[in-house]
Amino acid sequence: MAKAAKKKTPAKKRTRKKATTTPGDMIPNRERPKEPDLYQANKEELLQFYQQMLLIRRFEEKAGQLYGLGLIGGFCHLYIGQEAVAIGLQSALTPGKDSVITGYRDHGHMLAYGIDPKVIMAELTGRAAGISEGKGGSMHMFSTEHKFYGGHGIVGAQVSLGAGLAFKHKYTEDGGVCLAYFGDGAANQGQVYESFNMAELWKLPIIFVIENNQYAMGTSVNRASSEDQLYRRGESFRIPGLQIDGMDVLAVRGAAETAIEWVRGGKGPILLEMKTYRYRGHSMSDPAKYRSRDEVQSVREKSDPIERLKAELANVGVSDDEMKALDKEIRQQVNAAADFAENSPEPEPSELYTDVLVESY
Amino acid sequence: MAIELKMPALSPTMEEGTLAKWLVKEGDEVTAGDILAEIETDKATMEFEAVDEGTVSSILIQEGTDNVAVGTIIATLTGEDDDADAGAAASPPPQAEEAPQPVAEKPPAPVISQPTADPAIPEGTAMQSTTVREALRDAMAEEMRSDERVFVMGEEVAEYQGAYKVTQGLLDEFGDRRVIDTPITEYGFAGIGTGAAMGGLRPIVEFMTFNFAMQAIDHIINSAAKTNYMSGGQMRCPVVFRGPNGAAARVGAQHSQNFAPWYAGVPGLIVISPYDAADAKGLLKAAIRTTDPVVFLENELLYGRSFDVPEIDDYVLPIGKARIIREGSDVTIVSYSIGVGMALEAAETLAGEGIDAEVIDLRTIRPLDRQAVLDSLAKTNRMVVAEEGWPVCSVGSEILAICMEEGFDDLDAPVLRVTNEDVPMPYAANLEAAALVNADKIAQAARATLGR
Repeated sequence: MAKAAKKKTPAKKRTRKKATTTPGDMIPNRERPKEPDLYQANKEELLQFYQQMLLIRRFEEKAGQLYGLGLIGGFCHLYIGQEAVAIGLQSALTPGKDSVITGYRDHGHMLAYGIDPKVIMAELTGRAAGISEGKGGSMHMFSTEHKFYGGHGIVGAQVSLGAGLAFKHKYTEDGGVCLAYFGDGAANQGQVYESFNMAELWKLPIIFVIENNQYAMGTSVNRASSEDQLYRRGESFRIPGLQIDGMDVLAVRGAAETAIEWVRGGKGPILLEMKTYRYRGHSMSDPAKYRSRDEVQSVREKSDPIERLKAELANVGVSDDEMKALDKEIRQQVNAAADFAENSPEPEPSELYTDVLVESY
Repeated sequence: MAIELKMPALSPTMEEGTLAKWLVKEGDEVTAGDILAEIETDKATMEFEAVDEGTVSSILIQEGTDNVAVGTIIATLTGEDDDADAGAAASPPPQAEEAPQPVAEKPPAPVISQPTADPAIPEGTAMQSTTVREALRDAMAEEMRSDERVFVMGEEVAEYQGAYKVTQGLLDEFGDRRVIDTPITEYGFAGIGTGAAMGGLRPIVEFMTFNFAMQAIDHIINSAAKTNYMSGGQMRCPVVFRGPNGAAARVGAQHSQNFAPWYAGVPGLIVISPYDAADAKGLLKAAIRTTDPVVFLENELLYGRSFDVPEIDDYVLPIGKARIIREGSDVTIVSYSIGVGMALEAAETLAGEGIDAEVIDLRTIRPLDRQAVLDSLAKTNRMVVAEEGWPVCSVGSEILAICMEEGFDDLDAPVLRVTNEDVPMPYAANLEAAALVNADKIAQAARATLGR
């Protein structure tokens, strides 16, 4: 049996370096965002990142388990492996001011905003206590209180909708920015480019984030994309792009700082390509035969975002015991969420007919 | 404490599967992510991963076993970190579950701004002859004056003053922040409008014609119509999609189509299709004010026609209410949009033959005013539906179904549909005329219901 996941990443002090893996292309006579730095997190921030990323991982593992038990139905897309992206980016936003929108792989983005795991898990099991009262499911979750706008099931739709949220920020001059996530698959959809065009034309405050997890369901990036360096996809719209190591929460956070500075400064949109990886299949019913087990294992061993963060924590003097205690606490929290989701009631039958329309006519 | 490993469901429809192969044996230590077994479903062979750390204490279902039901315990693990790590499968239901936490607050129920009936028009109210085009513009301008959240976007709406001049003058009054020319990218700008509505604005998205809205129909249906429901009432989407719909004249198949039946089939949408200028104004104001997403279907051939519009401050009409535009007792003609004009013309012809036809203008297609249809049927016992659009699965088909289901006892004759022909719109003048519904065809059908 492979015991790889137990291996400790050697604790090694990282020096301050650039966060991008590829230097941004220089276009003469056009201002570019500065190259992002690795974020210099203090101990509290590192612990917070670790706690949140671990919560996503454990939550998703539990969701996979509940799916296997038949408690979660339909489609269920897990975020395992990609945790550093949501945490690194959303930790830099101002909740309630900035807005976030994503596709159907949305559990992690909600957890990253501190939304109660119980109401997320209860939505996965289709219960009345779920955040969408059981009517949305895994792919359709929202929290307008947090300005988290879902949770969208049509690949690419969230990019145009996100540009609309950014339009709102600009129209009302509320100072907010929109963070719109989409995948490497969505990056080939036509409406993404329609939105790029208008976002730059109107200088909308939006950060486009491509979570490049290498596979659009079963099709690898280079089998689907004529330009597979996706951070360059905004170039013909004059949108600067940065390619970031999405498995390193500090690199992601550093890129978020650069992007927010650019966008809040009224310079229009920016595109971040987060190179990441999903460990599980596209959805629960995907046997993931399009890639080798070795490939997955190799990413887990070499670049797991949580293991990397553990090394950072060790550097600042967090002991193994402290990390284990945190892990235990998170497992308890996730188990409580699962129990809640399993034991809370389904929606009342009369709920079938509510919320179709807001007003009565 | 042992963790029970159960036969997993590995697809939305899986009920049982084959335990093809064990990749661990009793006594093996496993860690999260290790593959424990291969399981064959009806679709594929899937790997079954460990989600907990521990030692495989017993294997209960041997490899090669077929038809293992989902949920069957197939093995047990002894965990190393038991109390916190008991999987959901093994943990007994908690006795004292804490009370469900309130989910995110729903926005307060909106103050219902919608009137429930047409406003009374006081004796002596001045009437202003107004084109449908002007009435639509006036509705938008009035709502933009009273609500800063309202803006209009679309192709050629600003500097060009509207491809059909419906937005004429708006740029001058409201400026380019609120009257926004878009590139020719229907999918994209419909999504931007919908997203802006989700964010709290009140967009009016103009399509140059609804034929082009086909590119954007995903946002109209999947993004706008379904949002409130699938968010459990949390997320509103008060957007108006408007523009000309139906056949214009001599523009061929791709530019001549009535989409009312398409949108009318979608729960979560309001679909409005007015005929005259007063309704165009009063209903567009209501559409902009309502919290629900609206598809507002205009008609290019009606834009230039003039009708009386009452000079009343804030003339707002009720959504979901048909009106009797001509009273009669022998037969009812139900229609909407440009078909209403043809129905009125047919009624005039019929009057000359001693047939007293009642004409109902549906005005709102969804929600449909079933009661108005049934009340008129109860009065005349005969009905014709006139529709400038295809016959199959049409609004007319829906009216027929309502009459069958709820008005059967009032029927003295079969309800008839008078529609366009069931063909793409031809270009040649004679063929186009033959393809379209007209007053003569409507009058002929009305006679037929009376056995004449």
